[in-house]
Amino acid sequence: MDERKETTQKPAADTPCLAPGSGRDIEAELQPPVDQVDLVVIGGGPAGLAAAVSAWDAGCRSLLIIERDDRLGGILNQCIHNGFGIFRFNEELTGPEYASRYIEEVKRRGIPYLCSTMALELTQDKRVIVVSPKIGLKQIQAGAVILAMGCRERPRGALGIPGTRCAGIMTTGTAQRLSNLEGYMPGRRIVILGSGDIGLIMARRMTFEGAQVLACLEIMPYSSGLTRNVVQCLQDFDIPLMLNHTVIDIHGKERLEGVTIAGVNPDTRAVLPETARRIDCDTLLLSVGLIPENELSRQAGVTLADSTRGPVVDQYLATEIPGIYACGNVLHVHDLVDEVSAESHRAGQAAVRWLEAEKKGLITRAVLKHHAVPVIEGKGVRGVVPQFIEIGQPDAGLDVKDKWRVGFRTDGVYKGGAVVVKADQKQILRQKKLIMTPGEMVLLDLDPAKLADDALKALTIEIEGEAEHG
Amino acid sequence: MADREIICIGCPMGCTLNVTVRDQQVARVRGNVCSRGAQYAKDEVLNPKRMVTSLIAVQGREEPLSVRTEKPIPKNLIFDCLREIRKAPVTLPVAIGDVIVKNVLDTQVNIIATRDLA
Repeated sequence: MDERKETTQKPAADTPCLAPGSGRDIEAELQPPVDQVDLVVIGGGPAGLAAAVSAWDAGCRSLLIIERDDRLGGILNQCIHNGFGIFRFNEELTGPEYASRYIEEVKRRGIPYLCSTMALELTQDKRVIVVSPKIGLKQIQAGAVILAMGCRERPRGALGIPGTRCAGIMTTGTAQRLSNLEGYMPGRRIVILGSGDIGLIMARRMTFEGAQVLACLEIMPYSSGLTRNVVQCLQDFDIPLMLNHTVIDIHGKERLEGVTIAGVNPDTRAVLPETARRIDCDTLLLSVGLIPENELSRQAGVTLADSTRGPVVDQYLATEIPGIYACGNVLHVHDLVDEVSAESHRAGQAAVRWLEAEKKGLITRAVLKHHAVPVIEGKGVRGVVPQFIEIGQPDAGLDVKDKWRVGFRTDGVYKGGAVVVKADQKQILRQKKLIMTPGEMVLLDLDPAKLADDALKALTIEIEGEAEHG
Repeated sequence: MADREIICIGCPMGCTLNVTVRDQQVARVRGNVCSRGAQYAKDEVLNPKRMVTSLIAVQGREEPLSVRTEKPIPKNLIFDCLREIRKAPVTLPVAIGDVIVKNVLDTQVNIIATRDLA
């Protein structure tokens, strides 16, 4: 199935491009056919908002946020549960509250943005073609671009579940939007496939709003969600979490009538037919993984990494195309929005430093001194970001004093293990960890001083210890 | 005297805590690898609390109003709290942070709006 079906656009509302409150209506300022903007931020969710705020604060005054929904805030708008902002704001907020903090920052600065506006195309020379019901088709020539398009959910088609194509099967994010933003109840008797955090959160939401959640199935031997969510979203309401289980058949003609579930072998994940049984339900919610949304990146020729499915970047969040940056869930799927904000602030600053360097003619020299050191995923390590560390261009004004943040996931559950970072053969960092699980990103801050070596060929990150579940 | 098993939510370790309660006091906690586990066990066994977030249908509007408790409330009041939320009257416009229900169920906790709705 074409994954793009998941991104079907909601028709634009009557409200103009600006979300509630003040702001800068820039429709009148945009004259066809081509406009020049120093920095275009594609996506007005948490990543795009933070990147734009930081770009403004770093001195950029010619910038524009493009958002396809009718308001800023992205997926946070439908995440009405609490748990956001503990690190960023030192308090526990809901998604819309977290978003509103950043939307206020954008408005306070008068940063221009276009809502109900879809970025259709991005070229290698940073022309962005956008369309909206109000301004029609429009081409914008950007000096630099920040990719902040977020991610989307894996749909049913990606799983290959057999059975009928009836109504009542949707991703948890779709159900979340229906319930929390559009005021519809997705169903009454619900089975959830996948135990990532969105699945767990929606199990509680559906229970709160009057549905019966019959089971949450997880094909792996462990939940990929936070323990806190397993306890507070399932156990609090006696919803069974069935590990090593999956859906093997779907029943119903017009509307879903039931699913057949079965246990799987924990090692091979092969279905155990003798354990099959039917659960009657009217709704099946899928919470089976998120994929960075990189159609535009691909069009522009940005190299994508297999393990993250996001752009290949260096520690400044620069892709391999000069002047195109990436941050947030389009780069790699994060656990916490707080981390998305932190990363996106860095991308905003870096993009502005690049713009300034380019205006001064420093970029050509920087490219000559270009020394990209690959960050290699060693034993137990998956999805490392950044994939390269840029060593040799401090005179281009691209250098930062901050430590270089590296994030990755482990390939299994490790208790009592350690993370080891090697610069070529030399160990430069070793951190013991009580526990590492695939559900929780490991973040390391590398000291640039230890890496300023012109002869450095590769950084390797690996895990010491044995995985409990591979 | 009674033993209860709970899972610590302090970190991904998810320690299974065995909690012994005597005279409505936590007498012993076993299974925790750190001190946060002992504290969590006491709070969770003697006085479990939860934040509650939910939605209110607003007449004439497609979009519901999202709300939350200002602070955690006792866990056993969750569903009563949800009933109070559902029947709360809403007068538009509502701004983020507005009090929608005062002192819900005499908990000294207000229900507040988590979004603007004009």
